[in-house]
Order: sequence, then structure tokens, then C-alpha cells
Amino acid sequence: MSPPEIIALRQYLGEGPTDRTISDARHSLSLTEIIQHSCLTDASCELPGRSVLLATSGQLLSALAMIELDGVARRMLLCPPDLDWDRLQVLLQQAEIDTIVTDRSLLRCRADKYALVGIDLAERRAVRWKAERATEWLMLTSGTSGLPKIVRHTLDGLAGAILADGPTRYRNATWATFYDIRRYGGLQIFLRAVIGGGSMVLSEPGEAIAAHVARLRAGGVTHISGTPSHWRKFLMSGASADFAPHYVRLSGEIADQAVLDGLARRFPRASIGHAYASTEAGVGFSVDDGREGFPAHLIGRNRDGVEMKVVDGSLRIRSLRTARGYVGAEAPPLSDTEGYVDTGDMVELRGERYHFVGRRGGIINVGGLKVHPEEIEAVINRHACVRMSRARSRPSPITGAIVVADVILADGTDRERHGAIRAEILSQCKDCLAVWKVPAVIRFVERLEVTAAGKLARIDA
Amino acid sequence: MSVKSKIFAAMKQIAEEQKVTLPPLEDDLPLNETGFDSLAFAILVARLEDELGVDPFTVAEDAAFPSTLGEFVRAYENVPA
Repeated sequence: MSPPEIIALRQYLGEGPTDRTISDARHSLSLTEIIQHSCLTDASCELPGRSVLLATSGQLLSALAMIELDGVARRMLLCPPDLDWDRLQVLLQQAEIDTIVTDRSLLRCRADKYALVGIDLAERRAVRWKAERATEWLMLTSGTSGLPKIVRHTLDGLAGAILADGPTRYRNATWATFYDIRRYGGLQIFLRAVIGGGSMVLSEPGEAIAAHVARLRAGGVTHISGTPSHWRKFLMSGASADFAPHYVRLSGEIADQAVLDGLARRFPRASIGHAYASTEAGVGFSVDDGREGFPAHLIGRNRDGVEMKVVDGSLRIRSLRTARGYVGAEAPPLSDTEGYVDTGDMVELRGERYHFVGRRGGIINVGGLKVHPEEIEAVINRHACVRMSRARSRPSPITGAIVVADVILADGTDRERHGAIRAEILSQCKDCLAVWKVPAVIRFVERLEVTAAGKLARIDA
Repeated sequence: MSVKSKIFAAMKQIAEEQKVTLPPLEDDLPLNETGFDSLAFAILVARLEDELGVDPFTVAEDAAFPSTLGEFVRAYENVPA
């Protein structure tokens, strides 16, 4: 099943328009010129066949390093910015890393066990190495607690959904994402830009939404992706004046009808799609009809090389886009004996459509009766005054746990109306949900935490 | 408003939400004749904790759950706020 020939990322840069760029808040580089250049500074180190950690301060340098090292290194581990050195050291051992590419001086002092290679935007050496192997792409899972797992992909697996769409479909597109490109969701967008012949505007950590949107507009962004939490924050900010992308994509969390409708109202001319993907299972499918959930006929058939089934309520996926495996001496198998990855995402068939109801581990147990917080949030979010919500478990001396909800209301909602809105949300929940799923307490809050991976933080999950 | 009247107000609110018809609220009313099920009591205890700042049934490990409405109210009155 190995690919007939190795196509490295760099080779896609020669295609498409010649004015392709990749930019962050401070720099804009010509993607076409990058083909000729190496940004690595300590060229004494031979990188072919090395196992390399990419630990750059910003996404732009990581993007350049990925382009330069794909097809050259044995493997490269993409390191998201929020990982501390202690945890990173364990992961480096598991991944058998021998070389670190970094622009961070602190890391250079600590990492004396490794060959160190600098990287600098100003560096303009000639490219020294040919692409001659299928580099392994190692990424970290976005789990919120404990040590992340390392997941091993290949470029042809990562690019499977892009190639299935037809790589030239989005030529001339300028892509952007609220994600960091060193995580799966963001990497997909970066690869779409590089492979599809487009340009890309990177996100910047800590940047205010208004400033980010101004950059998206100035950069001519036409295609943009984020999690539903990213998009809810975006819609709340009111910062979208004059920004009119052609394509808006949601992934990484359940896209409920409220956020899909909110985006359709804000971007009446855009095509709005939600995609199912995870670091382990790869890209499963995307849905472009503007409705939550996905058509039941996607299950059980082989579409573009992706097969899906539902077992014990959870979605299982088998395809060449799934990760090849976990990395590490005691790594568990990633898929079952038939090659299916259990996504842990629970689905429910309602009529002709499957709906995502939540994570297997996130269930709230109310006196023995179970509920997924996401199911409750989807109902609360339908209220016109609600921008975002989080349902969670609260200990109860009587039922073990009860459901409570934290809700962000739209800006300018009259305080006098809070009582009435609370009653409306409750009655909406009672109409749609079993009685134990109705929140016992609804609290109005100013903000809800979103993780570095762009997902609503679930403290009790 | 006294602790007792706050409790009664919260009970009436929940009764309305849960479509439960409450009997007249008297001290010697057995809790199992209020029409409240365990979920309704769980909601009541959670809301009273938010309003009064205490949950007498979690504070003490040996707290016995009351059997009449009067005992239920006293459990709240006896917890130092």
C-alpha cells in the first residue's frame, strides 16, 4: 500500500499562481520563492534521515521547516506552543528525536542531548537536500489532561481529503484558520493552501479578534476554518464588518444548528461547511448543506476511501487518512483488528440523519440517567439571546450529580430581562429534553474558557 | 426574606417548572408527600446552595436527610452561614 512515488510538500509550491504568499502579523513571504531557499542556519548538521522536533516560536517558521524537511527527515514532530519542557522531554524520548530545529535560545541551552539547528526568516541559503523518503509526520493529540499521545501520519494520509476534493478546486484561494497549524485542524488548512496552489494568512496567539479580522480582510482571505467555539467568539465580537469569505468551515467540535445559522446570517453569500476530523481518525467527511449532523447514507459505504460505521453508539472510521499509529514503546494500538479507529464521538440516528451527541468520556450521570453536555448546549444555543453555553456536572447529595449550565448572552442584553430569558431557556430545554437533562441552575457568565486547541474547556470531563 | 420563605419560594418555582401540584406547605408535611421526586429535590438543594450559600446535606458527612418539611427547613436554619 505504499505510494508509487514520493511527492514532498515542497513540490507543490511550484504550482498555482506565482504571487502565492504565507503571512503572519509581522511578515509576508512569497511561497514561490521559498522553493529556492533554506531558512536553516546551522547547515553543518546533515538532516536527511534525522528525527526532528520543530520547536519554533511562531507558526511561520514551523511552516517553512515543514516545507523544507518533508521528504528529507525520517520524521518530524510538530510541537504546539503551549507545551512545557518537562512534558516535552518525555515526548522526545518516545519519538526518538535526535535533532531540534528551533529559534528559541532557552531551548538551545537546555537541549544539549540533541543536535540543534537554528532557523531564521532572514536566512537565504540554497536548499541542500533532495526529497527522497516519505517523512513521518508526528503530531500531538489535543487531550486536555495528562501527557498528550504522539500520533504518526504520512503526508499522503494527511492530504487524503485535499486530494479527494481535487487539489486544483481551490486554486487562487487564500486560506486562514483560527487554529495553530501545528495541530491537526490547522495543519489541514496549511496543507490545503500549499497543495491546492493558494495562499495563507496565519493566526497569531493573543491577537485581538478585531486585529485578526483586519488582517484577514487585508490579506484577501477567501476560505477560513475554526472550531465552533472559535466561530462563536468571532460572532460575539461583532468584528466581522466587511469581511466576506467565500467558504467558512467548522471542525473539531460539534457544529450545532445555532452556530451554523449564525454564520449563515453573518455571511449570507458564503458556503458554510462542517467537517468531521480528528488527529487520530483523520478527515472523515464534510457536510455542506447547512444542517447539523450528517446524512445517514455516509455510514456503511466506502466514499473516497473512507468507511464509517457506528458501534455501541460511537463513530468508527477506517481510511488511509487515519494516523498510521501511536508512537512510543508502550503505545496502544490506534485501530482495531479490522483497521477501524474508534473516535469516541457518540452519534445518534434521528430520522435520516446522524447527530453528534458528545464524547464517550464526557457523560454526566444524574442518578443513573446519562446525558452528554453537548446535547443540552445545542438546545440552549438555539435561544436568540444566547451566544455560547457550557453544560456541566455539579455534585448533588441526592442524585450524585445534576446538570447546570453557564451561558453567555449576546452583548447589550438588558439585565432586567435575565429572569425572563432564564425561564425561556428552561422551557425550551423542557420541550426538547428529558427531565433530568434540563439544567437545574442556569448561570449567566461573561466568558467561557476555550482551550489552546480551540475547544470549549470542559473542567469536569 | 427568611430562610423558610426563601425555601418555600424556591419550591413553588420548581413545582411550577416540573408541573407538580404542591400541597399546603406545613412543617409536618412528609417530604415524600410534597410531590417532589429526587430530581426535584436535587434541583432545590442546588438552587438553595446558590441562594443561601450552604448545602447542609453535603457539609456534614453524617447528615441525615430530613423526613418532614419542617426538618428540611431547620437543616438550613441550623447551618452557620
